Amino acid sequence: MEKDNDRRIWCFMLPVLVAIFVIRVLYVLYWTGKPIGSSKTHSLRTLIVLGSGGHTAEMLSIMNVLQNDIYTPRIYVAAATDNMSLKKARVLEESLMHQGENSGRKMIEAAQFIQIYRSREVGQSYITSVGTTLIAMAHALWLTLKIRPQVIICNGPGTCIPLCASAFLFKLLGLGWSHIFYVESIARLKKKFRRAHYVGCLM
Amino acid sequence: MDGAENGEHSRKMVFVTVGTTCFDSLVKTVDSQQVREELSRKGYTDLLIQMGRGSYMPSKVSILVIQINCIACTNFFAGSGSIFETLRLGKPLIVVVNEDLMDNHQSELAEELAERKHLFYARPQTLHQTIQDMSPESLIPYSPGNPMPVVRLMNKFLGFPTD
Repeated sequence: MEKDNDRRIWCFMLPVLVAIFVIRVLYVLYWTGKPIGSSKTHSLRTLIVLGSGGHTAEMLSIMNVLQNDIYTPRIYVAAATDNMSLKKARVLEESLMHQGENSGRKMIEAAQFIQIYRSREVGQSYITSVGTTLIAMAHALWLTLKIRPQVIICNGPGTCIPLCASAFLFKLLGLGWSHIFYVESIARLKKKFRRAHYVGCLM
Repeated sequence: MDGAENGEHSRKMVFVTVGTTCFDSLVKTVDSQQVREELSRKGYTDLLIQMGRGSYMPSKVSILVIQINCIACTNFFAGSGSIFETLRLGKPLIVVVNEDLMDNHQSELAEELAERKHLFYARPQTLHQTIQDMSPESLIPYSPGNPMPVVRLMNKFLGFPTD
């Protein structure tokens, strides 16, 4: 008898849960990419994903002109095997700090610099990549939970995939909303994207 | 490359960089007799190689530099991050693409910029020919892009003032 009851409860609950989830997914997909009108907050926690060489150069050219009193605190993330990107980001942040001090503006919160496990190294076999991708995904989920970014800026290195996927998952589960800005790299020449905003040349 | 017989009063340096990658075939090519002679014929007197993670050791080179900074260079052999830095500096640039790396969007970028006459484009095997044929005066200066439109778009989207 009890087993029948349990089964009946599940037969009722399961479609309801699925329906709630589907509605949530549609809600998220609808609101993603929609401007949010005038902002109620004064500052946004910003996650910046850095990749090798060209990716980092392009990202830092944006960070150089981004208002550092609105997009703060800033958290820079790079792959664990990337030696240069976080160093370059530190140099940029230090110069921003000095600029801020000299102009007498209020002290902004210090930036953070975090390394993340890479899903796959260049030349790594696809079989071992499955394992490393799972590790990278778990690490990304952990970081997203810890940081709870309100804005994510990335331009396409593999490092950004687990982070953006985690952020999207969090959106679906109602655990926080990150506005993800994907800035296409100047190295992407051949493909045109229908839903992209073309605003000019970054470099 | 160490010929100083013309009693020169000016030295012209060729700076070779592979960024953070391993690009032994380029370093080997640059180190070859053929390329060194070609560079010499074009009036270059010094060669500086940044080897990155490579393992091939060039012969007869007295200086090895690991970091790229503050050197007045005349040429670069470079990767995507350095390309725009060099274009902004206005130095003649030869981009040599690393065909061993899987993701070759770098070559698309270099080809496009070469077509627009902002730089020269070569493979390790054709490098000496490119040096022979090149005329740096024929290059068109590159006008840098602007990140402000991206920032303005982000601000507008998030409801912040766009000025």
